[in-house]
Amino acid sequence: MKVLVPIKRVPDPYAKVKPLADGSGLDLSGIKFDINPFDEIAVEEAVRMKERDASVSIVAVSIGGAETEEQLRKALAMGADEAILIETTDALDPRAIAAELAALVNDLQPDVVLMGKQATDEDNNQVGQRLAAKLGWPQATFASKVSPAEGNVTVERETDDGGETLLLKTPCLITTDLRLNEPRYIALPGIIKARSKPLSKRERATSLEPQVKTLNLEAPPARAGGRKVGSVDELVDALKEMGVIA
Amino acid sequence: MSHLLLIAFDGADAIQGARFAQALDLPFDIIQLTGEAVTDLGARRVLTFGLPSLPPADFLAHALKDLVNESTHIAAVSAMRSKDVLPRLAGLLDAPMVTDVLKIVSKDTFVRPMLAGSVLATVQVSGSPILMTVRPAGFPEAVRSGSSEVVHTKPQFAGTTRRVSASAKQGGRPDLSQAGVVVSGGRPLKDADTFERLIGGLADHLGGAAGATRAAVDSGIASNELQVGQTGKVVAPNLYLACGISGSTQHMAGIKDSKVIVAINTDGDAPIFEIADLGLVMDLYEAIPQLMEKMPKA
Repeated sequence: MKVLVPIKRVPDPYAKVKPLADGSGLDLSGIKFDINPFDEIAVEEAVRMKERDASVSIVAVSIGGAETEEQLRKALAMGADEAILIETTDALDPRAIAAELAALVNDLQPDVVLMGKQATDEDNNQVGQRLAAKLGWPQATFASKVSPAEGNVTVERETDDGGETLLLKTPCLITTDLRLNEPRYIALPGIIKARSKPLSKRERATSLEPQVKTLNLEAPPARAGGRKVGSVDELVDALKEMGVIA
Repeated sequence: MSHLLLIAFDGADAIQGARFAQALDLPFDIIQLTGEAVTDLGARRVLTFGLPSLPPADFLAHALKDLVNESTHIAAVSAMRSKDVLPRLAGLLDAPMVTDVLKIVSKDTFVRPMLAGSVLATVQVSGSPILMTVRPAGFPEAVRSGSSEVVHTKPQFAGTTRRVSASAKQGGRPDLSQAGVVVSGGRPLKDADTFERLIGGLADHLGGAAGATRAAVDSGIASNELQVGQTGKVVAPNLYLACGISGSTQHMAGIKDSKVIVAINTDGDAPIFEIADLGLVMDLYEAIPQLMEKMPKA
């Protein structure tokens, strides 16, 4: 079984990233980059599938500049067999990314595409579902458990009301949520060792221009701090006054 | 002629979505997938599917695709169910989509959050139709008047996904990202039983959802799906009650769209007090039982 794991290079999700003063972009000076945490969960899940079933092969793919190699090397160190960098500096929107990945899927013919539900920088939560639609594949988003079998995958997923279990015929697309697993820790030497694994580069296969363009970025209005109250009674009274409780 | 199609998963969702629909100020139709049609929201027509439950995303997106017709805008309230289906519909239509619209600048320009809300992006969309998930909290409540025509529609479903089983949420609490009240706890809750008794208990008392910090989740006090923050759920309730939470950057990114934040913490210097509207320096073990007694039960 072949598993394709698209990953994105994102600013450290635990760092405080601010917009530039002129609103033209993010101030990324001094910010480290990592694999999008939800994509890292997808890599981890694919590696666990491979550990249970040696016939599983894992291809990690990313779209971005040359620096994205760093995140692909990490995916290789975690256990991916092969990495592909679709090298571009174009600003792409989810529609263009899905088109690019669809072209790659048609070339590689994976059985499963496993990826994060969203990237922690742009928070779009679109690419997986768009890609599944383009391919005409069944999808399971927000996966909390993935159980592959012959010709199908059973996925437990989170819903607004609780959870559900879906049976998907392969080929299929799955997006991962936080509950799925906890990715293994990879120390730097592991990443260096993964240098012997194959990493190839390609050019974009499509030429879609983004339809969603960012005009401006700004920090949200800061919350004015409030006041302290001295007791629960005072707190309840204040909440009543503010009309928050009856 | 520009017009909006609002996709509502049930009646309550239609009422929330109508906030955005009325604010966009375009003629609109509603497709209401389940429940009895809500007809006083100002829509020209309400198409009802009359489904007993929602089918998987591939079926739903396929059926919706045939009903888009001339719509220039297609919107649904942000939730897991809309985020499952709308991007798939966008993929089928090969159309642009904006996630989590907070504000309307013009008919093609919107404000949305990035980086778990620590940055607001103004985005302009070319192409049509424009699909959107929207966060209704920032728009005025929908005006209720008039009576829309109701059209019973038989959707043409096609798909291959099979739902094997579905389970309701434990304790029947509202979803974190939708709840009007969220009570959250941090590591001082000690263990899962205490968390459930105090945080879960107060959440139930107020008819709200229970949430937790990453630290509480990591130490096994609360389950993963309760995590509020940058890598967990982003919440925007009317009332956010932070109990025993110091206020890490990653947690505060996920709560700052709350209308009112109340912090209860023994450490008066905790960063959470900097953004809290009301702060109470008190041990949560003392404060929560009092709150249960003194706050009105939902």
